[in-house]
Amino acid sequence: MITRFLLQGMDRNLRLFVLLVLAVGIALPLLNQIMPPDSPFHVPSWMLQLIGKYLCYALLALAVDLVWGFCGILSLGHGAFFALGGYCMGMYLMRQIGSRGVYGNPVLPDFMVFLNYKELPWFWHGFDQFWFAAVMIVLVPSVLAFALGWFAFRSRVTGVYLSIITQAMTFALMLAFFRNDMGLGGNNGMTDFKDILGVPVQADGTRAALCFASALALAIGLVISAAIVGSRFGKALTAVRDAESRMRFLGYRVEGYKLFVFVLSAAMAGVAGAIYVPQVGIINPGEFSPANSIEAVIWVAVGGRGTLIGPVIGAFLVNWGKTWLTGALPEIWLFALGALFIAVTLFLPKGVVGLWAQLRARGGPARKARATA
Amino acid sequence: MSLLRSLAGLLSALASVMIAGTALAADLQTLVNNLTTGSFGDRETAIGALAASGEAQAAPILEALGAGRLYVRKSDKTVVITKADGNQLALTDAVTGKPAGTATEGELDRVRVNNRLRGVIDAAVGSLTLMSPDPRVRREAADSLLKRPDPAALGALDTAIAAEKDTGVKAAFAEARAAVILASPEASKPQKLEALDVLQKRGDRDALGVLQAAVNNAADADVKQAATAAAASVRQTLAAWEAVQNVWYGISLGSVLLLAAIGLAITFGTMGVINMAHGEMVMLGAYTTFVVQEVIRTSAPHLFDASLLIALPLAFLVAGAVGIAIERGIIRFLYGRPLETLLATWGLSLVLQQAVRSIFGPTNREVGAPSWMSGAFKLGQIDITYGRLWIVVFALAVFALLILLLRKTPLGLYMRAVTQNRPMASAMGIRTPRVDALTFGLGSGIAGLAGVALSQIDNVSPNLGQGYIIDSFMVVVFGGVGNLFGTLVGALSLGIVNKFLEPYAGAVLGKILVLVFIILFIQRRPRGLFALKGRSVE
Repeated sequence: MITRFLLQGMDRNLRLFVLLVLAVGIALPLLNQIMPPDSPFHVPSWMLQLIGKYLCYALLALAVDLVWGFCGILSLGHGAFFALGGYCMGMYLMRQIGSRGVYGNPVLPDFMVFLNYKELPWFWHGFDQFWFAAVMIVLVPSVLAFALGWFAFRSRVTGVYLSIITQAMTFALMLAFFRNDMGLGGNNGMTDFKDILGVPVQADGTRAALCFASALALAIGLVISAAIVGSRFGKALTAVRDAESRMRFLGYRVEGYKLFVFVLSAAMAGVAGAIYVPQVGIINPGEFSPANSIEAVIWVAVGGRGTLIGPVIGAFLVNWGKTWLTGALPEIWLFALGALFIAVTLFLPKGVVGLWAQLRARGGPARKARATA
Repeated sequence: MSLLRSLAGLLSALASVMIAGTALAADLQTLVNNLTTGSFGDRETAIGALAASGEAQAAPILEALGAGRLYVRKSDKTVVITKADGNQLALTDAVTGKPAGTATEGELDRVRVNNRLRGVIDAAVGSLTLMSPDPRVRREAADSLLKRPDPAALGALDTAIAAEKDTGVKAAFAEARAAVILASPEASKPQKLEALDVLQKRGDRDALGVLQAAVNNAADADVKQAATAAAASVRQTLAAWEAVQNVWYGISLGSVLLLAAIGLAITFGTMGVINMAHGEMVMLGAYTTFVVQEVIRTSAPHLFDASLLIALPLAFLVAGAVGIAIERGIIRFLYGRPLETLLATWGLSLVLQQAVRSIFGPTNREVGAPSWMSGAFKLGQIDITYGRLWIVVFALAVFALLILLLRKTPLGLYMRAVTQNRPMASAMGIRTPRVDALTFGLGSGIAGLAGVALSQIDNVSPNLGQGYIIDSFMVVVFGGVGNLFGTLVGALSLGIVNKFLEPYAGAVLGKILVLVFIILFIQRRPRGLFALKGRSVE
C-alpha cells in the first residue's frame, strides 16, 4: 500500500528521471571500480566526488523547492539545516578518529585537546555510534525547523518577513558556530576525517559508495516529495501557496500544512549535508553563511520552481558552471552568478524546465488562451 | 620633613637677603653655585633653596642636575647645562639660559649627585611643576601626585593650593592633597576622614585606587571602615558612569544602524521592495569617499579637512543614480513579486561587489579622518571621540532632513500618498512610477551618505555592505515597516541593547541574543514596534 502511495504521485517523466538518477548513481561508481584506470570508460575518483557533491546539492535544492515551490515559503536559511546535518555527521566522523589524531587523545578530538577541554561536552555523547548520529542528522534540523516554524507560522509571519527571519537564523548560527567555546571546532570546523563505518573515508571504494548513497538519497527524496505533492495533502499545500487566506477561511489549518512541509524539508536538507561532509572532508561555520542559502534558492529558480525535476537540473547546471568558471575565469564567477539571479527572475520565472514548456507552447493554442485571458 | 623645615628656614633667610629686584640674577647665580660646592648635605639645602626661589630657570637646572647633565666649565667656573651634540657637548648657561658654545667632556666637571639627592631633586621638580605657569601642567602634576601620593610633597601642595587661582586646578590640588594625607602615616584621624570625603566626591577610577590603598593600609579601624564605605560609594558612581558610557556606545552603534537602515526603511517601507543590494549602496558611498580623498591627496592637499563634506553630495549622487538605474532597470519589472525582487537584488549585490573588487582590488582601502574628527574629550567620566560624536550628529541630521523632506515637500507628499494607497494616489494624478524611481533613488542616496560616515569607522572593502544588510533589515522590521520614527527607535534601542549585552555575553553572543530576540519579537508583533494601521496594511 505504501508503495502505491509513493508511486501514485509520480508521472511518467518523473519516474524516468528517478531511474536516471539511480542509474547514474550506480553506473558511475561501477565504472570507477570495475574499469581499469587506462580504459576510456574509467570514471576518475575526483569526478565521483564532484558528482556526489552535486547530488547532495540537488537534494538540498529539492528541499528548498518543496517549501518554496509548493508552499510559497521562501526560506533563506536552508543552508543552516544542511550545515547542521553536516555537523552531526562531522561529529560522528571526529569520534571515529579515535587516538589517531595529532594529539593522540583516545576520546577528545584534536581541537578540544588544543582548547584545553578536560572532558567531552555533553552534546558529543553518543556520536561515536552511527545510528545515533543518523538519528540526529534528521532530528536536529527538524527540531530547529519545528521551533522556528511553529512560532513563525502561528503568528502568520509570511513572505519576505519569513525570508528575513530565516536569513537572520542562519546568520546567528554562523556567528555562534564561529565561537570556539561552542565546542564544535570554532572557525576551523572539523576536518581530517579517517573512517566512516569502519572503512577509510578517502578510499576509492568509499567514494564510490558515497556517490551511490547520494544518488539513492536524492532518489528517495524525489519519491517522497512526489508522493506528498501528488496527494490530497499536496493539493492543499499548493492552495496555501496560491491563496493562503482563502484556505484559512475554508477551514484548513494552514500553519499545520506549512509546519509539516517545512520540517520535512529541513530533514531532507540535513540528510544532504550529512552525505556531503564525508565527500568534501570538511565542515566549518562558513556553510552557515547566508550567501550559501541564497545560492541554493537560485538553483531552484534556475531549474524551475514548483517542479520536482527542476531543482535537480538547476543544482547541476549552476554548480557545473561554478566549477568550470571558478577554475577558468575566477573573476567572472560572481558576475555570472549575479547576472543569473537577475536574468532568471526577470526572464525565466519558471526556470529551465518551464522554458521548455514555454517554447513548446509558443505559437500554439496556449498563446491564444493567454491573449484572451 | 627635615627638608621642608630647612627649606622654610632658608626661605626666611633668603627673604632677608633679597633687598632689591636687581639682585635677583645675582641670587640665582649664588643659588646655582651653591649646588656645585660643599657637602651633599649642603647641596640638599641648596636644591631646596633653588626650588623655592620660584625662578623660571630652576626647573631645567634641577632636571639637568638629576639627569647628570649639569657641569661646571673648568676655564671660568660657569655652571652649564649640556646636551649631546655629536662628539661635543652643546652648552647652555644655567643662570642666564643662553647658549654658551660647545665643549668636550674634558673641559668640564660634572656636578655629582648621589641617590639620596636624586630623590630630593625629583620631589623638588614635582613641586616645581605644581607651581608651573601652565594650568595644564599643574593639573597633570596634581593627577600624578594623586596616583602616586608622596607624603613629602604635602608642604609644596599646601603652598600651591594657597597660590592657586584656577578653581579647577585648585580642586585637583585638594584631591591630590587628600591622597597624600591618606598615604601619610603622620596625618591625624580627622584629617584622614576629611580626605576620604574629598576623594569620594571625586569618584573616578584613580580615586578608587587611592581609596582601595587606604582600605588596605589603614591602621585605624574607623578610617578603614570609612574608607571601605567611600570605596563602595565610588564603585557605585563608577558603575553608574559605566552605564552612561554603555548608553553612549549604544547610541553610537545605534546611529550607525540608523544610517544604514534609514534608506532601507524608505525603499522597504514605501515600496515594499526588499533591496538586498542596499548594503552595496553603502559600500559605493564609502568608495566615493575614498576616491574623493585620493583626488584631494594628489591635487589639493589643503582641502583634506573638507574631503568628507565634498564626498557627501557626491556619494549621495553616485548611490542615488545607481539606485534609480536599478529601479528602472530591474525592480520595476518585479513589482508585486517581493520574493523575486529579493533574489534579483541579491544577484545585483554580487555583481556590484565583484565590480568594485575588480576596480579597487579586494583589499581594504585607506580612508583618512579629517582633523576635526580625530581626538576625544571627556564628559564627566566618559570618553567621547569626536568621530563617533559627529556620526551621531550626522545620523540625526540626516534623519531630521528626511522627515522634513517627507513632511514639507511635494515629493514627500507624493511618497506618503503612494505608500498609503497606491491606486488612489495614481487615480489622483500622481505619477507613481516616477515617484517610485525617485523614492528608490532617495533611499539609495541616503545609503551612500551612510557610506561616507561608515568609511570613518569601518574597513572600506567590497564586503563593507554585507556586514550591515542583515542588521539593517532587523532594525526596519523591528521598528515597523513604513515608519521612520520606528526605525529611529529600533536602531537606537537595538544599539543600546547590543552594547549592554556585550559585557555579560561577549560581542558575538550578544549579537546572537539580539537576533534571537528580534526573531521572537517578530512572532509577537509581526509588523514591528510601530505598525501602520488601516487599509494600507493589506
